[in-house]
Amino acid sequence: MIHPVAWWAWGVGLATAAAHTTNPVLLILVVVVAGWAVLERREVGTIDAFRPFLLIGLVAVLLRVVMAVVLGNGVGGNLVIVELPRLALPSWLAGLRVGGPVTIESVLAAAVDGMRLAATLACIGAANALATPKRLLRYAPATLYDIGTAIVVALTFAPQLVELASRVRVARRLRGHAGRGPRELARLVVPVLAGTLERALELAASMESRGYGRLPVRTGRARWLGSILALLGTAGTCAGLYGLLSPSVGGWLGLPTLVAGVALAAASLVLGARREVRTAYRRDPWRVPEWALTLAGVATAGLFVVADGAGAAGMALHSAPLAWPEVPLLATLALALCLSAVALTPVPPRLAAARTRSAVAA
Amino acid sequence: MIDFQDVSVSYAGQSRPALSGATVHIDEGELVLVVGPTGSGKSTLLRCINGLVPHFTGGLLQGRVLVGGRDTRTHRPRDLADLVGFVVQDPMSGFVTDTVEDEIAYGMEALGVDPLVMRRRVEDTLDVLALAQVRDRPLRSLSGGQQQRVAIAAVLAAGPRILVLDEPTSALDPVAAEDVLAALHRLVHDLGMTVVMAEHRLERVVHHADRILLVEAGQASPLLDPAEAMVTSQIHPPVVSLGRRLHWRPLPLSVREARRRASGIRERLATLPPPARADQEARAGRSVDQIGALGAAAAVTTVVAAAIDLTVRRGQVTALSGVDLAFTAGEITAVMGRNGAGKSTLLAALVGELPRQHGRVSVMGSDPARLTPAARCAAVGLVPQDPDLLLYADTVSAECRNADADFGRPPGTTGALLTRIAGPVPPDRHPRDLSEGQRLALALAIVLAGGATVLLLDEPTRGLDYQAKARLVEVLRNLAAEGHAVVLATHDVELVAEVAHRVVVLADGEVVTDGPARQVIAGSPAFAPQVAKIMHPIPCLTVDDVCHALDAVS
Repeated sequence: MIHPVAWWAWGVGLATAAAHTTNPVLLILVVVVAGWAVLERREVGTIDAFRPFLLIGLVAVLLRVVMAVVLGNGVGGNLVIVELPRLALPSWLAGLRVGGPVTIESVLAAAVDGMRLAATLACIGAANALATPKRLLRYAPATLYDIGTAIVVALTFAPQLVELASRVRVARRLRGHAGRGPRELARLVVPVLAGTLERALELAASMESRGYGRLPVRTGRARWLGSILALLGTAGTCAGLYGLLSPSVGGWLGLPTLVAGVALAAASLVLGARREVRTAYRRDPWRVPEWALTLAGVATAGLFVVADGAGAAGMALHSAPLAWPEVPLLATLALALCLSAVALTPVPPRLAAARTRSAVAA
Repeated sequence: MIDFQDVSVSYAGQSRPALSGATVHIDEGELVLVVGPTGSGKSTLLRCINGLVPHFTGGLLQGRVLVGGRDTRTHRPRDLADLVGFVVQDPMSGFVTDTVEDEIAYGMEALGVDPLVMRRRVEDTLDVLALAQVRDRPLRSLSGGQQQRVAIAAVLAAGPRILVLDEPTSALDPVAAEDVLAALHRLVHDLGMTVVMAEHRLERVVHHADRILLVEAGQASPLLDPAEAMVTSQIHPPVVSLGRRLHWRPLPLSVREARRRASGIRERLATLPPPARADQEARAGRSVDQIGALGAAAAVTTVVAAAIDLTVRRGQVTALSGVDLAFTAGEITAVMGRNGAGKSTLLAALVGELPRQHGRVSVMGSDPARLTPAARCAAVGLVPQDPDLLLYADTVSAECRNADADFGRPPGTTGALLTRIAGPVPPDRHPRDLSEGQRLALALAIVLAGGATVLLLDEPTRGLDYQAKARLVEVLRNLAAEGHAVVLATHDVELVAEVAHRVVVLADGEVVTDGPARQVIAGSPAFAPQVAKIMHPIPCLTVDDVCHALDAVS
């Protein structure tokens, strides 16, 4: 098994890269790389998180385009597709526009913006499919273990909630309701929430009786120090990441905050890990493929961030005037690097076995 | 090992304590079976053992529970994790990780077991519970029996001396249940573990038990010898009721013992003329008017529901392939088969809920998938495996009113049906606070209020005690006599023996057997009820069958 941290470093690296370009060709390449990895390296029987994430991404693209058509998005342009009737708004809403001319440029800009979000989500979905958050949790440092558990339980309950909702909907239909419409939706809420809560309690009872949280009592001062460090560290890391990922805030402002945040968080982790009593069963080893994945992810993310910051050619789509984007060689090579890092990893055992079986059958 | 000293448990807002004055002493190495009707305090008693009551559930506990010398007052469940393993009812809801090996290691990781020791214990546990074949499989992909064994392995690996299980076999098919019980038997006999479990399906477990604890209305009996306990217990398996009727002492608890005792009876019955035995349609032991109703229905033989060359895929799996079945009014059909054989899929397809790959479904002459929900409810009704899914209201009376409104019936229809099925049910109770039997009755009443001719029930006896089951048998017989076609998907061979006219066995989505109940289940090693196993080759399925046959001989 490939170390989950390596898959996540690779996935987050690709996601960072996707967030730093509006070149549709590069974005499609990113999704292709992520999709290929899921297709070739997702173990049989694990939950395919890639598809739902991709679906959410498509919805984001559609939503962006519709918003741009109806409300406009500040991108001018002179290639008008259609002139929508413009809604007369009161003077205090002067900043807002509903209807009016729809230009190719504005629609395209919106679509590409949506695609950027979709590609980012696809990368996170790929990481989810290749290494579930539950596997990742096993490597969470002791200090973050409780928070990590809460997040992972929440993540697992989301698909279960959907499953339960569909079962309740079927049951509604068995009582002669159509199972559609907002009133029906409201009636679904009670049984679905009650059912999910019941399951959550069962899981909690199971964890409790299996010794979860059996840490020795820590002294008050050490706990306080650890908590404060962790809080500051997390806040710093989040702020830094936001600055780094969001090009509008100014990428370089984020880096010092990020470094400081990571340092503080690391300190809190070291403090907490000194009191670790949990042990680990069969940790995944960290070998060449893990290094390859991590380095490819980090290198790609770094290249995209630097190129975007420097305004290198081909990183952004110029919608006005409209021009077919050129494809930057270096960025494409970086994505190829990500792809070849995946090719370096072994095919998961049950997937390989299934393929041999179907090959023999053929 | 486990010491209850005058233990009472009461929850806020409940008029009577869930458990009162229980004084029990369980020695090491015993397999104790906790027997009692639903809501009697069984689960509370089990959860006292590892401190979930009161640390996790709340409530007030008086008295003392000592487990291996530790007082549950000062020890939380997590502090007892190395001593007591607790297996929750539905294994899937208790799993913390994704794969078999990780799940087994989870408890040890939390306890801080040394990695090398942990590795060895995981291997040992995989062997003890025969899970080595599936060690790296995702938990979701396992069968029900395998999941239950993983749940046991997961608590076992931490090295507890006591294992507590809440209904470990009630969701399993007979063969998978045998696997789980064989594993438990091995733990008790080879490793000297103490096992305490509650189970409704006594026919599966009573002969494994060393001691029995009867619980009723919060009162726990002292530990009893199984054969003695079964003399007075209200809840007992068919083998015991046969022994009681025939005044066998000591009572046999297993099919093997009973078969030895019954050799004389089998000889006497073997002299019966063959036609009376081969009488397969109208069963011996039926009252005359019931047979009359059956005969009338058989004469008309109106097909009210049919599946023609039905193929349904669920994801990658073909859940049903080329199924041809017709159901007639007045007939009770049991659909049996392993977990995952396609039973639930067949029922869902009959109400038109699943997309079909191929073939047709016809209910009362039309395709249920094309009908409006309201029209469909008038033709076919399904009581799902989890009847809670059909219930939304805060009180029973509100639930009945809603159902009347849903189906456009005059007010009081559902309430009247409910009273007919279950007797008086407290109308201001929350549906989730009802007993399993009452909840099933409520769901059934709602479905019947829709006016369905074809009634489908998915695993109706899960969690039902014998009284509730006897009541269900009565209700189903009456419904069939009124002209309903009833289809049950079930693992419960005793229910099938009591009630079914016809049995359909599915395997991997195909119909393997379809025939009169008597013929199908009497000959099957997996699906034969206890009485059939005892009386083989005499074709008697139930205790009543045997008594009537004996009357006929004398």
